Amino acid sequence: MNLALAVLVDGVVYSSWLFLIAAGLTLIYGVMKILNMAHGSFYAIGAYSGASLIGVYFAGGNPPWASYLLLIGVAMVAGLIVGLLIERGFLRFMYGRDEVVMILVTYGILLILEDTIKLLWGVDPYFAYQPYTLLGRTKISSLSFANYDFMLIAVTAVVAFILWWSLNRTKAGKILQSVIHDREIAGALGVNVTKIFTITFVIGAFLGAFAGAMTAPGISVVPGIGIEVIILAFAVVVIGGLGSVGGAFVGALIVGLSRALSVHLYPDGELFVIYGVMGLVLAFRPQGLFAIASARKI
Amino acid sequence: MLNKNSLILLVLAVALILIGLVMPYWFSFLVTVALGKGLVVLGLVILMRAGLVSFGQGLYYCAGAYAVGAFSHFVETDNVILLLAVAMLAGLVISSVVGLLLSRYRDIFFAMFSMAFSMILYGVLVKSAELGSSDGFNVTSPSLFGFAPEVNGGSILSYWVAIILAFVFGAIIWRYFKSPMGVAGEAIRENEIRVEYLGVSVQKVIYIKYIMAAVLASTGGAITAMTVGHIDPEMAYWTTSGEFVFIALMAGTGHVAAPLLGAVIFELLRSFAFQVSPYTWQMILGITLLAIIIFLPKGLWSLKDKLMKGAKS
Repeated sequence: MNLALAVLVDGVVYSSWLFLIAAGLTLIYGVMKILNMAHGSFYAIGAYSGASLIGVYFAGGNPPWASYLLLIGVAMVAGLIVGLLIERGFLRFMYGRDEVVMILVTYGILLILEDTIKLLWGVDPYFAYQPYTLLGRTKISSLSFANYDFMLIAVTAVVAFILWWSLNRTKAGKILQSVIHDREIAGALGVNVTKIFTITFVIGAFLGAFAGAMTAPGISVVPGIGIEVIILAFAVVVIGGLGSVGGAFVGALIVGLSRALSVHLYPDGELFVIYGVMGLVLAFRPQGLFAIASARKI
Repeated sequence: MLNKNSLILLVLAVALILIGLVMPYWFSFLVTVALGKGLVVLGLVILMRAGLVSFGQGLYYCAGAYAVGAFSHFVETDNVILLLAVAMLAGLVISSVVGLLLSRYRDIFFAMFSMAFSMILYGVLVKSAELGSSDGFNVTSPSLFGFAPEVNGGSILSYWVAIILAFVFGAIIWRYFKSPMGVAGEAIRENEIRVEYLGVSVQKVIYIKYIMAAVLASTGGAITAMTVGHIDPEMAYWTTSGEFVFIALMAGTGHVAAPLLGAVIFELLRSFAFQVSPYTWQMILGITLLAIIIFLPKGLWSLKDKLMKGAKS
């Protein structure tokens, strides 16, 4: 009973963390057809700016509860700056190239950002545990869970709902979906595709940075966290079907729960399970679970 | 029998082998490691000519290295021929199974799926205590039936092996690129469906290319293991595979010599960049990568054609 509970809670917490990271990645791919390797760096930038500002904030003796708002604000500013810089300053000159070439382009951006992070924040670890410990812990039948993790689940649910709602229930979302469906036709019907691209990329970058900022209180922020995270996010979006936000949600649940199961039953298989599940899904559904079918071009 | 070009190549190979006797050890070490990587990249180039970018060649690079490590450790042999054969066999066996699945995928799916497989190996190796977990383990330096000449403070044997393998594999692949199977790769990149209409099985062509690339990669891994004397799971991590893609893109796919020379240039650049500024060398790599994609999409090798054209006109 305790085992099932632990697997369930750990799995859902991990899933929601995965979804936060993967949502931006899959959104950018869906709209722009760019598999953004630099997404892990957005996560790292969010984590670093969150952790360093939280440190300054608490050192100044400010009211502790507002630190959560600070995390959101930091992610917004970081996502806006980095997203705009990369999209307007560089990526827009590369549109129309092959999807595989775009992977390499974003790989180059990833390499540059990794060292930029080291130059800005150094190589020493950052800790921002205050928001994590502030919420305390809850005991459920002899198991102790951090309340911050429960808050993470709630935050993810809100993010997922906002994404779903704005994609399916607003005019802007419908326009975005038309671009996802067919970029050229949408452009021909008067949609400003360039503008949509910029907005999508900034939102994606914000989601990446937000995931980082929300994670920072629970971990020690060290160089290389973005590199580790990006391949997990890849597994999630590939399972769910590239470009599908709903798919990323299901993919995150699958990966999160199977990882939690493995951690509690067979800890050595942790990494193996994640990619094993991905391989299994791809073997039967080569495009992922919820990919939008595309016509074969002759 | 020999025509002019192969004679020149033979002389060049012998000259490089002899130069090894007077080279400082650090330099022959660097060239050996670079050629090991160059063989992996040569395999990648075979795939890239067919329009497939693998972000998971680290799988075979690492498998080859671990085959050498495990075999020398558990069978207690340091015979270089035996170790190379085991490494190649490892690459062949793994790729003939994985290739069955992967040859169905294209574009980013091929890239992502191959990356997933190399990460599976990474995940397994990191957790397997008998193979040293994340620290890896040391590999004894090889000999040819007890023959392992020392020059300038280090064994020169792996350097010789690397040179010979680079020339032999280079010649084989050069010939392969001119064969119907090799040319089919470019046709597949251009239009797969038309190739099928011509009666060629695209999946089979890609399957064979994938296996060839894997054997080259495991050979490269074996050379690295024998030269460096240490192996760890990091060889299967996706950043290692990314490095191979980087070299392939920088060098270009125009000629078999491009990846081999490109790997040597890359290693030289990296050791200097790393000495000058250890915190920004990745950034230098990234900027170089972007510059090459924008200004030299066919890699450094295309410079040669451009220069030749300039000389003619």
